[in-house]
Amino acid sequence: MAELLKVSSLSKNFGGLAAVSGINMSINEGELIGLIGPNGAGKTTLFNLLTGVYTPSEGLIELETTQGKKQIGGLAPYKITELGLARTFQNIRLFKSMSVLDNVKTAMQKNVGYGVPSALLRTAKFYNAERWVEEKAEEYLKDVGLYKKRFEAADNLPYGEQRRLEIARALATEPKILFLDEPAAGMNPQETAELTDLIDHLRKKYNLTVILIEHDMSLVMNVCERIYVLNYGKLIASGSPEEIQNNEFVISAYLGEEI
Amino acid sequence: MDQFLQQLVNGLSLGSIYALVALGYTMVYGIIKLINFAHGDVYMIGAYTAYWVTTYFGLSFLPALLVCMVVCGLLGVLIERIAYKPLRKAPRITALITAIGVSYVIEYTTQFFMGTSVRTYPPLLPNQSWTFGPITITYLQFVIFSVTLVLCVLLTLIIQKTKIGRAMRAVSADENAAKLMGISVDNTISFTFFLGSALAGAAGILVGIYYNSATPLMGMVPGLKAFVAAVFGGIGSIPGAMVGGLFIGICETLVTAYGNSMYRDAIVYGILILVLIIRPAGLFGKAEKEKV
Repeated sequence: MAELLKVSSLSKNFGGLAAVSGINMSINEGELIGLIGPNGAGKTTLFNLLTGVYTPSEGLIELETTQGKKQIGGLAPYKITELGLARTFQNIRLFKSMSVLDNVKTAMQKNVGYGVPSALLRTAKFYNAERWVEEKAEEYLKDVGLYKKRFEAADNLPYGEQRRLEIARALATEPKILFLDEPAAGMNPQETAELTDLIDHLRKKYNLTVILIEHDMSLVMNVCERIYVLNYGKLIASGSPEEIQNNEFVISAYLGEEI
Repeated sequence: MDQFLQQLVNGLSLGSIYALVALGYTMVYGIIKLINFAHGDVYMIGAYTAYWVTTYFGLSFLPALLVCMVVCGLLGVLIERIAYKPLRKAPRITALITAIGVSYVIEYTTQFFMGTSVRTYPPLLPNQSWTFGPITITYLQFVIFSVTLVLCVLLTLIIQKTKIGRAMRAVSADENAAKLMGISVDNTISFTFFLGSALAGAAGILVGIYYNSATPLMGMVPGLKAFVAAVFGGIGSIPGAMVGGLFIGICETLVTAYGNSMYRDAIVYGILILVLIIRPAGLFGKAEKEKV
């Protein structure tokens, strides 16, 4: 397994507060990684650094691209998306007033090759490109089981379906690495089980590397091959689910120490 | 009744022009929540550009229209890049005041170079008209209707059916999420300014011909009226701007015809106040619910 993403001594300070500090991670191609930790541990901050929302205060984020290793920390988010990193959000951020289908199409900018002139002149190139986008977007919606609802406004979907639409939208950017920020938040056990299957299915179909933040341990322990644990902005453990369950630092971070 | 129908036609042609300008206000507001007060002056530059290219280069109407749209579109992009982009993270009031400043800069720069005298146009359109029963439509009115109609249809197609349109709607809905879905927010905003300003350019040449004049301060009042039209229709809403523009145009014409033209503006603003009391978000606007 080749290394796809390497994070070295990554830190982010907000004023005097070190939200994350000195993070080292190594993600291999095709892995399914869990990122866990108590509330406020810096998990979402780490996601924001990796996907370009924040610029790192220190440290490197290196992605293996077709042109070799590339430092992506601090690049514009849309460039990072172009290089193959996509994400969903902890608090759902769909384009609410747009249709389900348009939400997915919007994420396919980089692969639609026509300019405004050909759109205005309605050239064959424009029609072909748009037809391709439509078919492709419909396929992503079929993957997450939302094809029948493609003409509804995103805002009208029930909560669980909005979460799945976010995943479809992220898939539409054709990522190599998919970051899922609490995908099971607010789901009941059955929905969580379905989501677990969905993640597994998508990962195989699209050859994805997946990194997910999750509090639902049934999901994390079931699907993740490797887990990183954050606490107070620092990495306190990493390893297989079994190792993590028995790690004393992790237990004390979650449950507190014995007196 | 006959006169009423005729006034309706006159009102629609004036309203079409307001609609074209109002679209620019509403698009820019929709995407970066800025009232671009310099928009009326972009429209003035459109009228001057038309004066230049027709007088000195002898262009006929259609080429002149295209040149006006491109020049104004580029001017809009330039204004955004120079004046608004550096302030994107600043409080909204800062950009608003800057917009007023930009408006003055454009007005008085034009005055400096062109003087205050009124410029008139060479005859561009045939002096012809058609009569249908009680209604007479001049060639110019016909051109105004068709240009507005074509531009509105094109704009709707761009926004609803193309990838840049999807990007515009996405940035307007959630700028940060759009960024992370691979959309270049800067380019999308520039394109929005280009489109809005190009429409103002088209309005500029049409008004220039309609009143056969161009002056440096001609953008102020129509700019304000178009802004009223945009708010009336629900700022941020594209159909709202179209309907709002037409409505304001018709109101003005009817008040002038049947009432007292002195009260024209007072009545237009009075209607605006009424609409805002009854529907604070405008006709087509959606009231934003505050989440608690």
